[in-house]
Amino acid sequence: MESGIFFSDYRSDMALRRMPLQKVRTGLLLVGLVVFPLLANPYWLNLANQIAIATIGAIGLNILVGYTGQISLGQGAFMAVGAYGSGLLTVRLDVPFYFSIPAAALITAFAGLVVGLPSLRLKGLYLAVATLAAQQIVEFVVTHWDGLTGGTEALVVPAPELFGARMNTDGRFYWILVVVALAVAVFAANLFRSRVGRAWVAIRDQDIAASAIGVNVFGYKLLAFATSSFLVGLSGALLAHYRSIVTWERFTIEVSISYLAMIIIGGLGTISGSFFGATLIVLLPAMINTLGRSLQDTAPWAATVLPYVQQGVFGLVIILFLVLEPEGLAKLWRNVKDYFRVWPFSY
Amino acid sequence: MNSDVFLQLTVSGLSNGMVYALVAVGFVVIFKASDVINFAQGEFLLFGAYLAFAFIGQFGFPWSVGVLATLLGAAMIGLIVERLVLRPLIGEPVISMIMVTIGLSSLLRAVVNGIWGARPKAFPNFIPSGEVEFLGAVVGIDRLLVIAIAAILLTILTLFFRHTRDGIAMRAIADDQQAALSMGISIKRVLAVAWAMAAITAAVAGIILANTVGVSHDIIFIGLRVFPVVILGGLDSVPGAIVGGGVIGLLESYTAGYTTSGLELIVPYIVLILVLMIRPYGLFGKEIIERV
Repeated sequence: MESGIFFSDYRSDMALRRMPLQKVRTGLLLVGLVVFPLLANPYWLNLANQIAIATIGAIGLNILVGYTGQISLGQGAFMAVGAYGSGLLTVRLDVPFYFSIPAAALITAFAGLVVGLPSLRLKGLYLAVATLAAQQIVEFVVTHWDGLTGGTEALVVPAPELFGARMNTDGRFYWILVVVALAVAVFAANLFRSRVGRAWVAIRDQDIAASAIGVNVFGYKLLAFATSSFLVGLSGALLAHYRSIVTWERFTIEVSISYLAMIIIGGLGTISGSFFGATLIVLLPAMINTLGRSLQDTAPWAATVLPYVQQGVFGLVIILFLVLEPEGLAKLWRNVKDYFRVWPFSY
Repeated sequence: MNSDVFLQLTVSGLSNGMVYALVAVGFVVIFKASDVINFAQGEFLLFGAYLAFAFIGQFGFPWSVGVLATLLGAAMIGLIVERLVLRPLIGEPVISMIMVTIGLSSLLRAVVNGIWGARPKAFPNFIPSGEVEFLGAVVGIDRLLVIAIAAILLTILTLFFRHTRDGIAMRAIADDQQAALSMGISIKRVLAVAWAMAAITAAVAGIILANTVGVSHDIIFIGLRVFPVVILGGLDSVPGAIVGGGVIGLLESYTAGYTTSGLELIVPYIVLILVLMIRPYGLFGKEIIERV
């Protein structure tokens, strides 16, 4: 903590960013987000958009897994509900995207409520397995209900329009995604200073004690499922409009796993961790890809093993983080901040 | 209802179910010893099948030597995994345990793909195929053999838990870790044995699958199909895994035989959810009472 800082009213004492350094960092982040698209090429913009979508989804999952302690392997299924929900509303009913996306998120929240029902009786491993089953069943429904989803065929979603401009480039969609992602991050950060967020944390840490102090455990668990699914559905819906193609391959169990990896690597129960984890998991395969391509001339065999290297590194990163730094990138970032706080006079 | 078709479906369902049971037993052994759900069980299966392919198909060992070498190799992998990945995490929360085995599955898959490539391989079958008349219906002889092999192995495993020192130690640890520790049982040793056993049973199942369906990537999906089996039987029960494997195998086989539209893919999961809602500890699992 910086010393010599005093607050004379509750408002500034309870602000989300109250230390001068925090304010500087937030300002830098905002400036960076505005300047970035002016400098970046489409490749980097595409990656940034993927990171923004993944961050929204990871924050959603973190609410459920990191804050409330309910393990879910159904992330892919919830994203599918959001993506198909918004896509179908746009394609079949001509709903503009700024209505269809929130509507799809609401539908997903409802789906989350249904999947959350078993949490009345199940915890830990058993709940994880139940959500795994939900994931498989949703995958089956999506691929077999031809009349609604088009089955294994891709659903083509037209590029959204806003203020008369078609949001069909990475540069334009970037602004939508950044605004939504920031709003979600602020919402989540505030959520955990409220009664609801604290009830969730209490349930995670010790559910029996939580119920003893008057937390309605089942109700708050359901609320966590609904809130989490809302955000996950939101990210799925955004993905649908961003990619303008919805196929079921984007929402398999692999997706659930990579989102779990994001929040584990980033740090369970942290908002910044969701962002760090999403960034790492999106950038990792891209970086390995670039590396492989640059090796193409010297070592032509590199291209053939590239997918396996990506897979292996993904697994290795998860294992290494769990063994060496279970609190994830958020903890590492905190270490860096702690080191520089009193730098260069550490003692 | 045609009784020939019924019998064929029963035999093929049972033989699939016994493979599930073998994989599930490995799962249960790990869960009993350490409360870890092993998401990498499907990859152990894959490793077993590819190791057998390497020893028998690529190096040209006679099948008896090849099988032995495969089992040894699988045990080694189980031991290495336990030592390097699981042991540092003893006592960590459930989510870490789940994620570490998921990370492991990704890594193992990459290793298998990196060594052998993603193409399916032609496996030199050594379990005789062909058809025999059985109770008035024509069924594959390999199916019957698979059921027999699995039954023998599962009996041996059950006896292992009843009568050997390590088996009893494992049950003691599953029952009460602290009490077991204070009686001088080495939890490290038991964990190592558990992982080696899980890898070996998975390798046996992998060899069987290599014979009956071939060596390819699709073997991994059996790993996910094991969840309904263990939940139905009870996560900590070896007999439960056997019964669960049989039931799920038969159920899949009948659904595939009597309905269309690929319903057999999700019927096990529907059963899983029903079991979880009604009897979360499964048919034979230990009931843990906790009131919240």
